[in-house]
Amino acid sequence: MAKLILSMDGLVLKDIPITKERVTIGRKPHNDIQIDNLAISGEHAAIITLINDSFLEDLNSTNGTFVNGQPVKKHFLQNGDVIELGKYGLKYLSEAAQQTAAADFEKTMVLRPDMMRRAVEQATPQPAADQPPPQAQQQPTTAMVRVLNGGNAGRELELTKTLTTLGKPHVQVAVIARRPQGYFITHVEGANLPVVSGQTLEANRPHALSDHDIIDIGGVKMEFLFKA
Amino acid sequence: MTTNLSQVLEVATRTDAGLVRPHNEDSVFANPGLGLAVLADGMGGYSAGEVASGMATSILGTELEKAFAAMAPDEPMADGERWAHAALKQKIEHVNAAIFQASEDQPQYAGMGTTLVAALFHDNTVTVAHIGDSRLYRWRGNELRQLTRDHSLLQEQIDSGIISAEQAQHSQNKNLVTRALGIDPTVAAEMHDHEALPGDIYVLCSDGLNDMVADDEIASSLSALSANLELCAIRLVEMANDNGGRDNVSVMLVRVKQAFPVARSWWARLLAWLR
Repeated sequence: MAKLILSMDGLVLKDIPITKERVTIGRKPHNDIQIDNLAISGEHAAIITLINDSFLEDLNSTNGTFVNGQPVKKHFLQNGDVIELGKYGLKYLSEAAQQTAAADFEKTMVLRPDMMRRAVEQATPQPAADQPPPQAQQQPTTAMVRVLNGGNAGRELELTKTLTTLGKPHVQVAVIARRPQGYFITHVEGANLPVVSGQTLEANRPHALSDHDIIDIGGVKMEFLFKA
Repeated sequence: MTTNLSQVLEVATRTDAGLVRPHNEDSVFANPGLGLAVLADGMGGYSAGEVASGMATSILGTELEKAFAAMAPDEPMADGERWAHAALKQKIEHVNAAIFQASEDQPQYAGMGTTLVAALFHDNTVTVAHIGDSRLYRWRGNELRQLTRDHSLLQEQIDSGIISAEQAQHSQNKNLVTRALGIDPTVAAEMHDHEALPGDIYVLCSDGLNDMVADDEIASSLSALSANLELCAIRLVEMANDNGGRDNVSVMLVRVKQAFPVARSWWARLLAWLR
């Protein structure tokens, strides 16, 4: 369940779990979150939650609603956003950020007509645990190929894209893929297979490139180099 | 009699569990001769998701094989609808009922369901039927275009302007589909015809691809590797896994090598002209 942390002048006042589809914020007592301060309008703002996503809406308040310093009318709340009303702050923490089993949570589900209500009503607080999603590992250092012979001798090509194709279309083409684990070369088309440092590649089998490997594609020799 | 399309279509298929999930709940089925490609992404506890998607691809595959052995996809029905459409509708209903029945009968399968995307090639046309958030893209003239529109909460929010396509990337509601096969006694598949041209490459995929790999990255892979369809499919799955591989990922690539109009006899042409 997503929650809000109410603070004033940087001092934390309380945690407010979002338990309803529509949570109103204002000075008057009928609001879900009442802030009894003259800088706050009677009905100041509302947070509308659709299952796991929350939206903030300013209800034409006198002094406005701000998110991370920017005035907003309508705003799609992201984890860590700070809603500012006068000198009060409401920090938004989304459910996913508090979920332990992020992978399980992402499983595809069918949306049923009564789900919105149930999801909000039945959601139980999950123990907080900062588990960042399994991101790709650190990018390898950049690399390039340098042409060694022929008309383009001396030309260098930086391998900045995830895929770089080498060779002549319809004649002989190889591709170098930049992956988290390094650079891999694979044969794409043509009757002849590329040769890397004396070793002929197998079809559709990526070959990991090492520094100073010599790639031969249709007689054109290139050197693969990691850049410092 | 149905024309054999195995010389017209080239198909490459890859399916992978990804790096996080213990099972692969995606299923794929291809019959290039019949011009049929089917992909399903199952959901439901334990192994139920695999059961649902497996039923969807295998039953739909065999039922359509039988249907088109009996009558060609382009035969008109009494109401003017082509058999391709009528058969797809009928067989999808049939599969839906079978999955629904299994989930009612066996407690371990309760609540199982699956998405579906099916492409049927016939007479220079591709008929696309889909349910849920599995997609079909078309690669034509260096442009990638999504031909299906997800049946998902997120897509509905984008359509109604609550959220922008850019913001949708950060939504926590990516996993909610509004339609699925086998959840209710009946289902409505969305179906459209598109003209198929030589050189086109069609991409059927589960959300494990398009959630992990941005559309422009899919496009750059097709652009670089279109000469080698098999390698392109391998590479797309690899990219999804390199980006985290948080879901099962399945990719089917179908290349149209040449035009495939239906050969009509002189009397069929005359009949069509008289009609």
